[in-house]
Amino acid sequence: MADRQVCLSGTGLTKVFGFGRQKTVAVDHVDFKFYESEVVSIVGESGSGKTTLAKMLLGLLTPTEGEIYFQGQKRDISTQRKRKEYWKNIQAIFQDPFSSYNIFNKIDAVLLDCIYMRGGRRLPQAQKVALMTEACGFVNLKFEELTNKYPFELSGGQMQRLMIARIFLLKPKILIADEPTSMIDACSRATILDMLMQLRDEIGMTLIFITHDIGLAYYVSDSVYIMERGKIVEHGSADEVILNPKEAYTRRLISDVPKIYEEWDLSTV
Amino acid sequence: MGKILLDVRDLSTKYVTRFQENVYAVDHVSLQVEEGKALGIAGESGCGKSTLALSLMGYYFPPLHYISGDIIVDGRNISRMDPDDVRRLILGREIAYIPQAAMNALNPTQKVISFIEDVIRVHDLGSSKREIYERARILFQTLGLPENVLQKYPVELSGGMKQRTVIAVAVLLSPKVLIADEPSSALDVTSQKMVIKMLMRLMEDGLVRSLIFITHELPLLYNVTDDIMVMYAGQIVEKGTAKEVVFDPLHPYAKGLMGSIIVPEEGVRGVKLTAIPGAPPNLKNPPSGCRFADRCKYVQPACRVTAVNLRELPNGRAYRCIFSEEELREAYRNG
Repeated sequence: MADRQVCLSGTGLTKVFGFGRQKTVAVDHVDFKFYESEVVSIVGESGSGKTTLAKMLLGLLTPTEGEIYFQGQKRDISTQRKRKEYWKNIQAIFQDPFSSYNIFNKIDAVLLDCIYMRGGRRLPQAQKVALMTEACGFVNLKFEELTNKYPFELSGGQMQRLMIARIFLLKPKILIADEPTSMIDACSRATILDMLMQLRDEIGMTLIFITHDIGLAYYVSDSVYIMERGKIVEHGSADEVILNPKEAYTRRLISDVPKIYEEWDLSTV
Repeated sequence: MGKILLDVRDLSTKYVTRFQENVYAVDHVSLQVEEGKALGIAGESGCGKSTLALSLMGYYFPPLHYISGDIIVDGRNISRMDPDDVRRLILGREIAYIPQAAMNALNPTQKVISFIEDVIRVHDLGSSKREIYERARILFQTLGLPENVLQKYPVELSGGMKQRTVIAVAVLLSPKVLIADEPSSALDVTSQKMVIKMLMRLMEDGLVRSLIFITHELPLLYNVTDDIMVMYAGQIVEKGTAKEVVFDPLHPYAKGLMGSIIVPEEGVRGVKLTAIPGAPPNLKNPPSGCRFADRCKYVQPACRVTAVNLRELPNGRAYRCIFSEEELREAYRNG
C-alpha cells in the first residue's frame, strides 16, 4: 500500500512530569506515523507511558517537546474553538466505562451531544431519535430501553457499548481506544472488539489500540508499536513484531501472556 | 486420589434485595477439591462465580443468605455454624479468600505490619509485636517479597505488589483452601504472571493445601488449574479436567467461552472470535427450562420444558444439556 495517507504523525514527542530531582520522563522522544484506516496497537506494561502518549494525541496534555501532525498539517489546538474542531476528528474510549460518563446526564443527553457536535442541532426531534436508535442498534442496545435512564444503571459491558454508539454517531477520523476491554470479561470482550472492527470498516477510521495484552494487539492490529519506559523500542507489522520479536522486552511481553497451545514459562519473572 | 479437603453438596444461596425479591445466585452447586489440587471456576460476569466464592466460606451476611446444602471442610460441616465461630475458627485458618478488588483490601491508614498484627490478634495467635514481626518477615522471605514492604503504607506499593501482599496476608495462617477471586484481572500481564507464580509456589511449598481459582480468562485457568468448572446463571454447566474443558468443551456455553480466547500465537489472527449473543438471564425468576436456551445456537423446543440435570459421564466429566455427548460433537462438527 504505497498510496496510503498518513493520518496522524509525531516527531520527537516528549512529556516530562515534575522537575529537578522529581523529574519523570513519561514519553521520551517518540516518533510515529499512523496511516489512514489502519489499526495500530501501542503495547507496553504499566508505567511505560502509553496513556500519556494517548492523552497528548487527544490534546488533553500539552507535549513538553516535539510536534504532532494531523493530516499533514501541524496540529493547532490553541483556542477552544480549534480544539473542538480537532475533537470532531479524534475521539477516545477509555479503560473504565464507569468513570467515562457524567453521572448527572441521562443517556439521551450523551447521545444528543454527539448529534449536536456533528451540527445536527436543528434536526427535527423524530430524526434525532432515529439517529440515536440507529446508533444503539449498531451496538446491540435498544434505545427504547435506554431513554430516560442514567449511565450508571447499565452494566460495564453495556456502558462500553454505549461509548461505541457515541463513536458511531460522531464518525471521527481517528479513534483512540485506551484498554477498552480490560475491565470487562472475556465474553463481552469479543463483542466489543467485533464492533470496533466493524465500525472501522464502516467509516474508515484509524483505530489506535492502547493495551498491555499483546495477544489482543496481535489479534486486531495491522501494525504494532512496543513501548518501554517512554520509548518506542520496536515497531512494524503485527506479524513481524509478534512472530519474530527482535527486542528482549517484546519477547518478555509475549512470554508473559498465558498460552494454551504452548508451554507457559513461569521462570522469567 | 488425595484427601478431599473441601466437599460442597447441593449448596444454594440467594441475595435478598431491598424490595424483598430473591435472587438465586448459587443454585445446587456441588464440588470437591482434593489436597494439592487447583480447581478453576470460569464464566462471564454475573453468572454467580464471585457469589459462589463468598458462599463457600460459610460466612453469610445480608444481602447474601444461605438456603440449603452442606459445606464440609476437612471433615467439619461449617454451613450451619454460628457466624462468629466461622469468622474466628474457619476464615483464615481453614478457608482463606482473596477478594476481587484485593488492591483495595488493605487499610490505607495502616502500615502493612499493623494490618498483619490485627489479623493475628483476631485469631488469638501470638501477641508480642516482635513475634508477629518475625513471623511476617519469614513468610515474606519465603514468598520472595521484600521485607521493607511490611513498614510501608498501601499507597506506597504498586498494584502488583499490593496484590501479592494481600495474598501473603491471606495465607498467614496456612489455610487448607485458598479461594482466589480474579486475583490478577486488574493487573498488567507482567504483574499477573508474578501473582500466578506466587500462587503456584504457595501450593508447591504446602502453605496452602488446595486452591480455588476464579477468573474469566481461560488461558490463565488452563495454565493454573487441574480441573475446570464452568458456571452459568448460578449453575454448574460443565465440569472436567482443564485440558478437556478447554480443548473439547461439551456444553454449548463452554464452547462459546472457548471461542473468545485470544492468545499471541500463530494462527490466531484472522480467526473470527465467536461472541455469545445476549446476556445471562435474570436470576430473580430464572427460566424453568435450560437457562442457556435463549442464547444457544442449537436450541430445541424440548430445552425449554423442564429443568436440565447435570449429566455425569463415567470418566468424571459432567455437563448440563439435554443432548448426548455424540449429538453435541456432531453439532459442533457441522458448525
